[in-house]
Amino acid sequence: MARLFRWLLALAVLGGIAFWIMTWPTKVNSDDFATLTGDAARGEPVFHAAGCASCHTAPNSDATDRPILSGGQRFASDFGTFIAPNISPDATHGIGGWTVIEFANAVQKGVSPDGAHYFPAFPYVAYAKMEAQDVVDLKAFMETLPASDAPRVAHEVGFPFNIRRSLGGWKWLFADETWVMKNTPNAEVTRGRYLAEALAHCGECHTPRNPLGGLDRANWLAGGFIPGEGKVPAITPDQLEWSTQDIAYYLETGFTPEFDSAGGAMTHVVENFGRLSGEDRAAVAAYLKALAQP
Amino acid sequence: MKTKFFLATAAVAMMGAGLSFADGHVDPAVAGAIKARQGQMQLYAHNLGVLGAMAKGDMDYNAETAQAAADNLLAVSGLNAMTMWPQGSDNSLGNNRASPDIWTNFPDVVTKAGALSTAAGDMAAAAGKDLDGLRAAMGPLGGACGACHKAYRTK
Repeated sequence: MARLFRWLLALAVLGGIAFWIMTWPTKVNSDDFATLTGDAARGEPVFHAAGCASCHTAPNSDATDRPILSGGQRFASDFGTFIAPNISPDATHGIGGWTVIEFANAVQKGVSPDGAHYFPAFPYVAYAKMEAQDVVDLKAFMETLPASDAPRVAHEVGFPFNIRRSLGGWKWLFADETWVMKNTPNAEVTRGRYLAEALAHCGECHTPRNPLGGLDRANWLAGGFIPGEGKVPAITPDQLEWSTQDIAYYLETGFTPEFDSAGGAMTHVVENFGRLSGEDRAAVAAYLKALAQP
Repeated sequence: MKTKFFLATAAVAMMGAGLSFADGHVDPAVAGAIKARQGQMQLYAHNLGVLGAMAKGDMDYNAETAQAAADNLLAVSGLNAMTMWPQGSDNSLGNNRASPDIWTNFPDVVTKAGALSTAAGDMAAAAGKDLDGLRAAMGPLGGACGACHKAYRTK
């Protein structure tokens, strides 16, 4: 009996060590950022393409060029309700005073300055593919935005999903930081891939998820679901029959080819893409058209 | 036998009740108001389609046609729509997508409607001059449509 107990204890310790290693927060390579300096003007389109304001402004805010990133919007999910935090430059309630590396770890690895995992409602798996220079420029731009002293509100997430450490296991299982489109046929599609897969994180809503909330990359952009909002359409070439011009125009103005206008969460995307260049909108359209037929 | 007859009658009656519920007994005046405002949206879509086809390059730019479409938009945005939005004519009726928030945030709805009129006015001033002006005026029009749909149109 004592022998069995020792075995079980040994297994538990091994399991614990494995859990500890698997759930250890991985960080960015600080050498990648060491020589870079941020340029706020270049960071502005990065900010809009990444859609930061869509989730981090106060609820029901109208779109603006200089949003106040006070947080407070609520995002229902099967795991609980996430409440977007204040990411304005306020030193107490926002992210003022963070170092470049702290910022990069948050945005690209989903790890807070004190080493805790963030919930993947924050699309850091997509942002992991951002170029280091864009991360630094983004930070520089965000520092120019107005500060807000709105306090952070705790997420409403129950057991066991509230165990932050277990998110390391989620990342270990599902945080695939590679491109979905492995090869691109030309520079325009390469740019479109960067915008769609890394910055604009289209897949977060337009790709179905497994029961644990991991993206089903085999069905990339084949249609998803937003709790409280409903079905999100497929935008793969077999399902979305709009021309590249129609897609680019929709991203610019929100007008569908029938001249209905975008609704729901997509209105945020249009607000962001309307602030980008025509080349970038055309690049996203070219990327969507270049997706493999299922 | 009697019981069977009763059950059959009850079943038919229940089916009938179910069907008439599904049919929706919306007050004809309210149903008409909903149709009227949806017609207004169709008028926007049609005239935006003319301008958008030119903006996209699907149709050659024609100053006269563009001006007419823009004038229509401005006129439609100027309609007094008060009676088209009766209290309670929201998405709970099952035949439209209007959020109940419209009736609780009315001043904001009026502000957003005003923004559409302003954008339509800018289009009317630009559309007949040249294609670049028309193109530039489309974005704010889309923004005005989207701002209201984001807040007040449900999926």
